[in-house]
Amino acid sequence: MIEMKDVYKQYNNGVMAANGFNVHIKQGEFVYVVGPSGAGKTTFIKMMYREVKPSKGDIIVNGINLAKIKTSRVPHLRRNIGVVFQDFKLLPSLTIYENVAFALEVIEEHPKQIKKRVMDVLELVGLKHKARMLPNELSGGEQQRVSIARSIVNTPKLVIADEPTGNLDPETSWDIMNILEEIANRGTTVIMATHNREIVNTIKHRVIAIENGRIVRDEQRGDYGYEG
Amino acid sequence: MSGTNSEVITVMKARTYARHVRESFKSIGRNGWMTFASVSAVTVTLLLVGVFIVLMLNMNKVATDIEKDVEIRVLMEIGTKQEEAKAVGDKIEKINGVESVDYSSKEEELQNLVKDLGDDFRLFEQDNPLYDVFIVKAKDPRDTGKIAGQINKYEHVNEAMYGEAKIEKLFNILEMSRNVGLVLIIGLLFTAMFLISNTIKITIVARRREIEIMKLVGATNWFVRWPFVLEGLWLGVLGSIIPIALVTTGYYYAYGFIKPKLQNHFIQMLDFTPFIYQVNGLILLMGCLIGAWGSFMSVRKFLRV
Repeated sequence: MIEMKDVYKQYNNGVMAANGFNVHIKQGEFVYVVGPSGAGKTTFIKMMYREVKPSKGDIIVNGINLAKIKTSRVPHLRRNIGVVFQDFKLLPSLTIYENVAFALEVIEEHPKQIKKRVMDVLELVGLKHKARMLPNELSGGEQQRVSIARSIVNTPKLVIADEPTGNLDPETSWDIMNILEEIANRGTTVIMATHNREIVNTIKHRVIAIENGRIVRDEQRGDYGYEG
Repeated sequence: MSGTNSEVITVMKARTYARHVRESFKSIGRNGWMTFASVSAVTVTLLLVGVFIVLMLNMNKVATDIEKDVEIRVLMEIGTKQEEAKAVGDKIEKINGVESVDYSSKEEELQNLVKDLGDDFRLFEQDNPLYDVFIVKAKDPRDTGKIAGQINKYEHVNEAMYGEAKIEKLFNILEMSRNVGLVLIIGLLFTAMFLISNTIKITIVARRREIEIMKLVGATNWFVRWPFVLEGLWLGVLGSIIPIALVTTGYYYAYGFIKPKLQNHFIQMLDFTPFIYQVNGLILLMGCLIGAWGSFMSVRKFLRV
């Protein structure tokens, strides 16, 4: 599913954010990516949907080498990857329904398909009844659920979540985790960068720890392993 | 399951076009004042450009009219015999770059004079003071001087003359004003393009997040670009309406005023039609191009998500 081989990334300012990543992630795995701020977590994640291009090495996702892919192919690659952000990234002027449908409209999906699929995913995240509301009428947790709905409406094989609970209170965070678990149980690979120690230590999954651009730890059913 | 890798959408669906058009109109409405500002700027620019084009093309026309009319008059020495004159005519015809050689006897010359200037000149019919002439035209008017010089050396030729210095000066002036006009037009077009590009940039900044999300869920660059390019296009089209109206009315009146004064003169204005359609088409085309290109340029750097 995902294969990183000797991946290096040096930014223009000289920062070495990836110093030889070697990782293999199987289809359907749930993986936490942990580590201090600025350690390279975000670079690790962004390289998977080609927002960041590696300076060296190969990244193979769904059989496509992202290090070698043409820029014009990137949009089609991303249609198989859902991304969830800490700050939700919803469009404030669109309703919940429209926000989710947006992801299908811009890839020119058929309108009939759009309606059915949007309602399906809104049901999955438990927000079908709020489809006509605007994002700012919803709580933070609900907004994040919309964002997750948007990321999976395209039935991607891979969902990448960059600190999805970062802006949420503990209780809401558990709701979000339940949804992500549900997605993983359906066979979708979930990769989640997080600072949430409690979640990592409670819902056990594979843990990849990154420090100074290196993978320092990679354990099945691992712990968060940092203080605070 | 859609969005598989093999599904490369190359032909945009009609539904998508409709969406892009809708989006672009929405944005024009949302941008209210900025739209107004850049449309005004385009209006002013295209108006100036339009006037320039009309003047330039008419000047061009005048220049060609004059160029076409440049002829060498070869005055034969008095007393040259018919067959000697004919030999000179044949020789002139063989000069490289000569388009035509016409003979006009002094009697014909006098008749022309009478026709142009009036019956008073009939007095000269008793003792015709004019020369027999060859009227020579060069294929390229710029060769006129060279050809005239050559003819001057022939026997039995009294003088081969043409407008000389005056004509050359005129050519130079016309060429220079053509170039100056062209430079000004290009400068103005760039200004307008810059203004449209800035307007679109404001639209884009306001919709940065939207673009970012589009790119993240896998919209192609063209899908993101189209609404903005269309918006630029509409700005260009809106900006060309007033210039087209003003240039058309202006030329209509100028044509009505000047045309009768040039009756039978060898210099003529360009006819109202189809000239005005061509100019209007050009103004519209330029509006569209600067609009679309201006916004294309400003979307470019926002697409790198």
